[in-house]
Amino acid sequence: MRPFDYVKPADVAAAVRAVATAPGAKFIGGGTNLVDLMREGIETPDTVVDLGGLPLDGVEELPDGGLRIGALVRNSALAADQRVRGRYPMLSQAILSGASAQLRNMATVGGNLLQRTRCPYFYDQAAACNKRAPGSGCDALDGFNRGHAVLGVSEQCIATHPSDMCVALAALDAVVEVESVRGTRRIPVADLHRLPGATPDVEFELAADQLITAVELPPVPVAANSRYRKVRDRASYAFALVSVAAALEVRDGAVTAARLALGGVAAKPWRAREAERLLVGGPASEESFGRAADAELAAATVRPGNAFKVALARATIVATLRDLTHGGSTA
Amino acid sequence: MTTKHAEVEQRAPYVGRAVDRLDGPAKVTGAARYAAEHPYPNLAHAALVHATVARGRITAVDTAAALAVRGVIEVLTHENAPAMKPAPALSMLNPSTMASGTSVNYLATDEVHWNGQPVAVVVAETPEAARYAASLVRLTYQESPAEVDFAAAEPNAVPQKNNPLQSAGADKGDANAALAAAPVRVDLRFTTPPHSHNAIEPHATTAVWDGDDLTVHEGTQNIAWVRQHLAQRFDVPARRVRVLSPYVGGAFGGKTMIWAGTLLAVLAARATGRPVRLVLTREGVFHTVGGRTPSTQRVALGADADGRLTALIHTSVARTGRVGGGPEQITSASRHLYAAPNIHLRQNLVQLDLVANTVMRAPGESIGTFALESAMDELAWELGLDPIELRMRNEPANNPVDGKRFAHRMLREAYALGAERFGWKERDPRPGAMRDGRWLVGMGVATAYHPAWQLPAKVGVRLTADGTVVVRSSLHEMGMGAATAQAQIAADTLGVPMEAVRVEYGDSDLPPGPGAGGSGQTASAAAALLAASHKLKRSVFALARHAPDSPLRGRRLDRLEARDGGLYEGSAGETYAAILTRAGRDHLEAEAGPGMLGFAAKMLRDRRNWVKAASGAQFCEVRVDQDTGEVRVSRWVGVFDVGTVINTKTVAAQLRGGIVMGLGLALSEETLVDRRTGRVVNASLAENHVPVHADVPRIDVDWLGDPDPTMPLGLLGVGEVSITGVGAAVANAVRHATGRRILDLPITLDKLL
Ligand SMILES: Cc1cc2nc3c(=O)[nH]c(=O)nc-3n(C[C@H](O)[C@H](O)[C@H](O)COP(=O)(O)OP(=O)(O)OC[C@H]3O[C@@H](n4cnc5c(N)ncnc54)[C@H](O)[C@@H]3O)c2cc1C
Repeated sequence: MRPFDYVKPADVAAAVRAVATAPGAKFIGGGTNLVDLMREGIETPDTVVDLGGLPLDGVEELPDGGLRIGALVRNSALAADQRVRGRYPMLSQAILSGASAQLRNMATVGGNLLQRTRCPYFYDQAAACNKRAPGSGCDALDGFNRGHAVLGVSEQCIATHPSDMCVALAALDAVVEVESVRGTRRIPVADLHRLPGATPDVEFELAADQLITAVELPPVPVAANSRYRKVRDRASYAFALVSVAAALEVRDGAVTAARLALGGVAAKPWRAREAERLLVGGPASEESFGRAADAELAAATVRPGNAFKVALARATIVATLRDLTHGGSTA
Repeated sequence: MTTKHAEVEQRAPYVGRAVDRLDGPAKVTGAARYAAEHPYPNLAHAALVHATVARGRITAVDTAAALAVRGVIEVLTHENAPAMKPAPALSMLNPSTMASGTSVNYLATDEVHWNGQPVAVVVAETPEAARYAASLVRLTYQESPAEVDFAAAEPNAVPQKNNPLQSAGADKGDANAALAAAPVRVDLRFTTPPHSHNAIEPHATTAVWDGDDLTVHEGTQNIAWVRQHLAQRFDVPARRVRVLSPYVGGAFGGKTMIWAGTLLAVLAARATGRPVRLVLTREGVFHTVGGRTPSTQRVALGADADGRLTALIHTSVARTGRVGGGPEQITSASRHLYAAPNIHLRQNLVQLDLVANTVMRAPGESIGTFALESAMDELAWELGLDPIELRMRNEPANNPVDGKRFAHRMLREAYALGAERFGWKERDPRPGAMRDGRWLVGMGVATAYHPAWQLPAKVGVRLTADGTVVVRSSLHEMGMGAATAQAQIAADTLGVPMEAVRVEYGDSDLPPGPGAGGSGQTASAAAALLAASHKLKRSVFALARHAPDSPLRGRRLDRLEARDGGLYEGSAGETYAAILTRAGRDHLEAEAGPGMLGFAAKMLRDRRNWVKAASGAQFCEVRVDQDTGEVRVSRWVGVFDVGTVINTKTVAAQLRGGIVMGLGLALSEETLVDRRTGRVVNASLAENHVPVHADVPRIDVDWLGDPDPTMPLGLLGVGEVSITGVGAAVANAVRHATGRRILDLPITLDKLL
């Protein structure tokens, strides 16, 4: 690993300053993603600014009934929080479906939001990757792309954002609060990650010097009946091929409120707004769920390796909504 | 007093009991030192640089940036490394010539033979500096066209040649004509992907030169091969090479051959004059250690309306590397399992510019039984017959291809017991008929089969005047309880408590043990141990026979029983300690084991007369998600005929371990080789999906416990048989659950959507 300077700021202001004055600096939360990437020579920061010890590790009630989650709250702590489990079960389930217990104990909310893709060509310095080395090409387009994106892709990149947590956050209209020497900014999670377009190396609507301090969850009553369903190649410890975060309210056989987001299908957690629009007001039937899924997936662009994801996403959406209609069977 | 004596007399033998592993406490307390854990003053650390092209020549090397890293001692490339001798040519007379993982003479050539081949070694004061500097070595290549795509090359495969240990095919009758004439037939084409070795301990070597004396700490399955191979490559006499390998963190075949890491650690130590440790990165294991070949297979079966086979055709294509690797016995189970009058078996090979393949738990049989046993299941569907009944109708009296006798054949018993334990009669035979909520439930069976091997081995036994027994042999303890098993056998045969037995192993200074391969280590060492123990008893008895005050005076050895730490006839007798003390000897020692030629002659004779194998019946229950096609194995029963079971605890663990590895083969494991570059794309444990705990259900294993009369102590070997048949049992259960026959491993959900 390339040698680097290590800074441990005493407070948020110092952390923000440390990055503003050192262009090659990176924040480190749990380090479970950054350190791996540094070992592979993909991230090569001159300075690592350790956030550990900053007072950003609490979960607080908001006056409107929402929650404010500090950026340094560990993934396991957030998943175990009784308020999260009660009000936003999909979020707790999403986090628990990710990585391993050991990794979740280290991983922070901020780091999870900004973790980078698991595309194997991104990880292999010997491969062409526009995200890692802009202009070098994309070996995934005609290579192994079974795990790759089908929505919002470009000819430059078909990588996915791998986070489970983010899918639930996107469905819940969570908002990220960021801090920099220029002040405070609020960004909806659904807008935080960028689609690749012609610049797949630019992944976040965030400047390098912006520190995530918190994530705020608004009250989402429908989320009390929600779940996260992750489909993957083994029963645990694998990234999603497709995942679904869904919340549903049904009255007299009709859908009165719905939230839907997809993971494993795009460079960002995919908020399925078109499907939500079709669901609400329609019958809580498999046909209607299927139509909503089809509408959302109509724009899919597939490759031979990942074409199955469209059918898989449809089936998973329908199954998850069906479960929520029937009061939710267990995963 | 009398009661106590009677209890001792009735004491059950140690063989057949559940005995804790002798190496257990050292491992759980961390006292056990693995190859990468031996401290040396002045120890340096090495890291490999891997080629990034599949084939070509290195045209330029730039090590300036690497050399500038603080702590870097040396960067070795083909431009400056001292040359090793080339790998030896294969000779049947010297089995250690089979030890080369590849024929490449690393760092003595500018040629690149596969993507990932080591092309430089960095030696530094710390592993971190070595790895970082390795990432800075810049190589320029002139690429040449490479063949790396198995699917594309497979049609051009050529027939494999026979060798004395492995047949490349068999023909009996006219299988094609019989197939064409058969009233019922299936004709299926299967594919299986490459698999990479992923033992928890990556390959690691600590190498220390002292003049021309070399000490190597190495996790290996063949100490003798490492010693002889290193002696040959570094041009020193074998006696000057000491290989220490008391603990091996898993191997499964991946530590049978000698791979680049071992050679380059020794080379780096020689070049720098420092003790050198080289631990492969996980990625380095994928790039430099071979794995299981991919395969395409055809199995065609013809049967009459009663399900009696009339034709069995099984052909395969596998790949080796162009610079190493060998055939795998993919069609071997088809030689032995079914009484078809017409049989055609043929194995074919292609050579590709990829890292050589190598042995991996049941090489050939694990994937060959997937195809054969899937096809048998499909035939049962065609016939509307229960798949166990179909197998019973085709159970042969003699070996189908050549009529040889089976030394031991208990598949009927294995199926009967397995069916009962599993509850096979609860199975509703209609596909998709069994459900549990959103899950479709399926049940499948398949036969497990693995040949029994015996290898040459020497074992020494030492008896000391304090009553201690030391068993000495360079055995390999990869975690399966090899040493514990020998201690149990020694305790029984010499009639001493196990606490009095110590096993010395894992050291090339000991009498050469068998390689740990072919599931043959325990039986091979047992044969020598029993012979050495017998010799030892003779020598002890010789000391007592003429001693005036010995109760054994004038008796005959064949009337004596070894028990209670000595030799007895009825209540008359005395302890070994008493005999040695009277004779003024502090110890006695005996060694036994066949010579190479005698061993080979006996083996060939044996193989002319008998077909020997471990076998079993695998029962699997799966749940398939109706919406997503996710497959979860929910229950497993395996009943095995492995002959004598020495340690019920470690045998159960081995059998379960093989089944777990088989679940990976069935459902999730696949090494992805990019067909454009020959590069392994998923060279990590995050992306290469070995089973995790959540994938493994309760596994119920049992055995028949009947000794094989032709094998030492009746042992048939347990290391590999239980992975065979697993792939097919899962596929057959999926077929039952969903009505879908999956022909291509692994059975990922996209194939079931
Ligand atoms: C083997 C393995 C399997 C995994 N499986 C899954 C899975 O199934 N599902 C899943 O969702 N995830 C999975 N992960 C990823 C895991 O969730 C992430 O590694 C983790 O969430 C990252 O959090 P961290 O705190 O360790 O981030 P770090 O590694 O510390 O940081 C990651 C990035 O975020 C930046 N950063 C961190 N905190 C802040 C902040 N407060 N403000 C601004 N920038 C910040 C860092 O600069 C860095 O760029 C897996 C990881 C591994 C290694």
